[in-house]
Amino acid sequence: MSTIKRRTIIGTVPAALATGALAACGDDAEPAAAGKPEDLDAALEQGGKLTYWTWTPSGEAQAAAFTAQYPNVEVDVVNAGTATDEYTALQNAVAAGSGAPDVAQIEYYALQQFALSDSLVDLAQYGFADLEPQYTASTWAAVNLGGIYGLPQDSGPMIMLYNQAIFDQFGLTVPATWDEYVAAAETLHAADPDRFLTNDAGDPGFAQPLIWQAGGRPYTVDGTNVAIDLQDEGSRRWADMWNRMLQPGLLAPIPTWSDDWWKALSNGTVASLISGSWMPGILEGSVPEGAGNWRVAPVPSYDGTPATAENGGSAQSVLKQSANPALAAAFLRWLNSSPESIAVFLENGGFPSTTAELASAEFTGTAPDYFGGQQINEVCVAASENVATGFQYLPFQVYANSVFPDTVGTAYTEQGDLNAGLEAWQASLESYGETQGFQVN
Amino acid sequence: MPPQAPRKPRRDWRGWQFTGPFAAVFVFVFIAPLAYALWLSLFQNRLVGGNAFVGLENYRTALTDPQFWDGFLRVLLFLLVQVPIMLALALIAALAIDSARLYATGLFRLVIFLPYAVPAVVAVLMWGFIYGDHFGLTADLNELLGTDLRPFAPAWMTASLGNIVTWEYVGYNMLIFYSALKTVPYELYEAAEIDGARGVQVLKAIKLPAVRGAVVIATIFSIIGSFQLFNEPNVLKPLANNVINSYFTPNMYAYNLSFAGQQYNYSATIAIVMGVITAAIAYAIQLRGTRREDR
Amino acid sequence: MSTATRNHRTIHHRARRPRHSVANPRKSLALTLLMGLFLAYALVPLAWLFINASKTQTDLFGGFGLAFGDSFALWDNIARTFTYDDGIFLRWLGNTLLYVVAGAGGATLLATLAGYGLAKYTFPGRKAYFAVILGAIAVPGTALAVPTFLLFSRLELTNTPWAIIVPSLISPFGLYLIWVYTLESVPKELLEAARIDGAGEMRIFFTIAAKLLAPGIVTVALFAVVATWNNYFLPLIMLSDPNWYPLTVGLNQWSEQASGVAAEPIFNLVLTGSLLTIVPIVAVFVLLQRFWQSGLSAGSVKG
Repeated sequence: MSTIKRRTIIGTVPAALATGALAACGDDAEPAAAGKPEDLDAALEQGGKLTYWTWTPSGEAQAAAFTAQYPNVEVDVVNAGTATDEYTALQNAVAAGSGAPDVAQIEYYALQQFALSDSLVDLAQYGFADLEPQYTASTWAAVNLGGIYGLPQDSGPMIMLYNQAIFDQFGLTVPATWDEYVAAAETLHAADPDRFLTNDAGDPGFAQPLIWQAGGRPYTVDGTNVAIDLQDEGSRRWADMWNRMLQPGLLAPIPTWSDDWWKALSNGTVASLISGSWMPGILEGSVPEGAGNWRVAPVPSYDGTPATAENGGSAQSVLKQSANPALAAAFLRWLNSSPESIAVFLENGGFPSTTAELASAEFTGTAPDYFGGQQINEVCVAASENVATGFQYLPFQVYANSVFPDTVGTAYTEQGDLNAGLEAWQASLESYGETQGFQVN
Repeated sequence: MPPQAPRKPRRDWRGWQFTGPFAAVFVFVFIAPLAYALWLSLFQNRLVGGNAFVGLENYRTALTDPQFWDGFLRVLLFLLVQVPIMLALALIAALAIDSARLYATGLFRLVIFLPYAVPAVVAVLMWGFIYGDHFGLTADLNELLGTDLRPFAPAWMTASLGNIVTWEYVGYNMLIFYSALKTVPYELYEAAEIDGARGVQVLKAIKLPAVRGAVVIATIFSIIGSFQLFNEPNVLKPLANNVINSYFTPNMYAYNLSFAGQQYNYSATIAIVMGVITAAIAYAIQLRGTRREDR
Repeated sequence: MSTATRNHRTIHHRARRPRHSVANPRKSLALTLLMGLFLAYALVPLAWLFINASKTQTDLFGGFGLAFGDSFALWDNIARTFTYDDGIFLRWLGNTLLYVVAGAGGATLLATLAGYGLAKYTFPGRKAYFAVILGAIAVPGTALAVPTFLLFSRLELTNTPWAIIVPSLISPFGLYLIWVYTLESVPKELLEAARIDGAGEMRIFFTIAAKLLAPGIVTVALFAVVATWNNYFLPLIMLSDPNWYPLTVGLNQWSEQASGVAAEPIFNLVLTGSLLTIVPIVAVFVLLQRFWQSGLSAGSVKG
């Protein structure tokens, strides 16, 4: 018995290593025969079985609606973890050469990384370029990375959510600029040291959209050439402004999403949030104590001109490991561009990336009681129209975010200078990029 | 080390029918991955540029990697402080229970052992809630007692983790020691009493020697456990992201290198270096432990 | 109890049984109280868990941690834990049981056979066998995870129960315990007598040795059960399909559900689920304490 096993293993090792090797990138040659747009309908007709990884709450319902329409196709919806956990599983499957799903949810910031490791199918071959007009410019830009590596599902144009009851109690007005924002933070914390205008314990998924909003474009990616400048004008502008919050202790040092954080939202310790447009749905769903108190406003600007950024949001992509990429692409097309699917997505509280839904009177006219009858989507839609262009993420952004706490995080715990933290982060990223064979400038 | 069974003149293969199955699985789940890790550690696989043989380059990098040594020193410190405290507490508890001077001995024995049955993940989730210094039990305590406990602050973090690990394993170690004390023959105590030995003398002459072997074993297992520290900091990380960084312990570093950074080769190298160090220390303790026993 | 009564009782005892200080010494209230601190340390977190598993999410977010909430929602929480997401918790419980029965059962069998074989036979390669196993347990298992994962995925074992069960089959501590236990409790003469009667080696083991080893086997089984029941890291990397998750990984996923774009905190279910995860394993330990406590005694003497 043991000899047989041993032989299997010896035969296995080099093979595993070979598949573990990620393909070199920068060469566009498709090994398989390119697909055609017509393949999609044929694939739907023929049917088959798909695996779809997602953590979107509407995932199951959307798949059910899909199979009702296309009974030949079976979709197995799997929650393989939220965000980074899913990427780890996905990365493992890619490295192992098997085990990846047909379709997976991937946040915009991570798309480039999976595209670069040659894990994703370029959907341009199926004519997906024609779908561009359906999506907001910023979300389309996020999937169009020298190939169409996914279709946008949700988006997260930045907004500010604030607790009107607390603002009234302390006589705060809604800040329109960051200067006013810092002043409001000072007023509130001075009036009641137990309260904070907002919390931030260091979160790359929060800092980078704010850098984006401030005009920072720290990453320039051209194939395998990567330039990193986390001290460009915009990055500094954000860091300088946020230093004014961090250093005097105006930021509640509560990690976003921790149980303490949910408590802080419930009991009014934290009076406002800068977040994506998906946040109102979460507040309404999970912070019932805030009912009637919360409102939505545009994110503060630096100079009075409205500018926003995308905070969060995901696309769905077809994996190269898929045995039936045409069917997977057909499902994806239905999932993120058919009105039936998007309707299910909206019912579950998602914030869309499709212009038709964002422009519809039904969507903008919603006035939830939770937000005191405010037509919050008007603010959110305006935010989606003001997303600044030209922001790129790194082709190793998942890793980059994982070492943010090591570097910038230190500035947070020490209430030090965020610029120093950003510099340390940059050094760490440059060295990683070089080790991985990128041309880092 | 294994005691010598009586020597037999001819080769006797019968033992393998008992030990073979274990060995086969062991080779499959331990030796093969280990060999594979050794193999991996000789290569470097880049996102751009593919795979290349680099010889011992990864080992050179590891030996001068400040992040690796930072994590290593942290678990070393953890080990030097937490393990003695935990084992001392366990020993005290075992002696107290063994002394038969407690009311409801059985209750003590069982309850102190209970936390061991709690899965590490559950234990950490639980302590994570308790540690919350804004609204957790810690916050309530601070308010009640006017203290300023900050379990998630950088200066406290290692101690906070040490507390979780101690809570989880003190009962287990207590039981090991207690079992060792139970093996002391009753007659030995009687003889001691006839000789007029009391309290501290009995402790020194009979009880402590009786647990020495168990202490050596427990120390070795605790050292291996400390060097492999992973579950506790990793589950606690979302609550203290900046303090528990990506290289907080060597094992977390290895994990993040491979699963976040896709540096499978370097990660394997770190694993091997760590394994060699752990094995060496465990072996040294064992030698020291047995030498004392011989004396 | 006052000092006077205690002294009185002591004197009384002493009069009756002169050597009571060895067998049945005077109970000490002070020591009991001191050890009570120990008891509290072990129990407070568990009490906290029980109390907070009985709260609604709203109560959880307000109020003192060691006091019950406005409503006692334990039953409701338990019902919701079992029904949430189409009853996935039950599925996780079933998976955990499968891993425990197959993994811990197999580990016990293999460790028992091997420990016995090492103790009673001198076979070629025996020394190397020991050295390799002792050396290998020092290598961080977590860090071997990647090679193991890549290896298993080549064999298409990942995302199947085998990926959890097969590695659980190895328990070096179990092997060690049985080895020591065998040396202590299986007399060579008994085996020789059976051999003279013409019994085969396996038959001797199963009919004679296994009975003598029973307490040791129960102990090894229990510790293997704890190890598999608490297994977290291996399933975390080996499994991506929640339908194969054990409870530990599932609970952590529930806990992390409180974050991100689609955040939906269910802390009350995480706590209730944790409580439900602990109950069976604690019950097993309490019910079987007689066995494992005697089994451990042997294992702990040897260095």
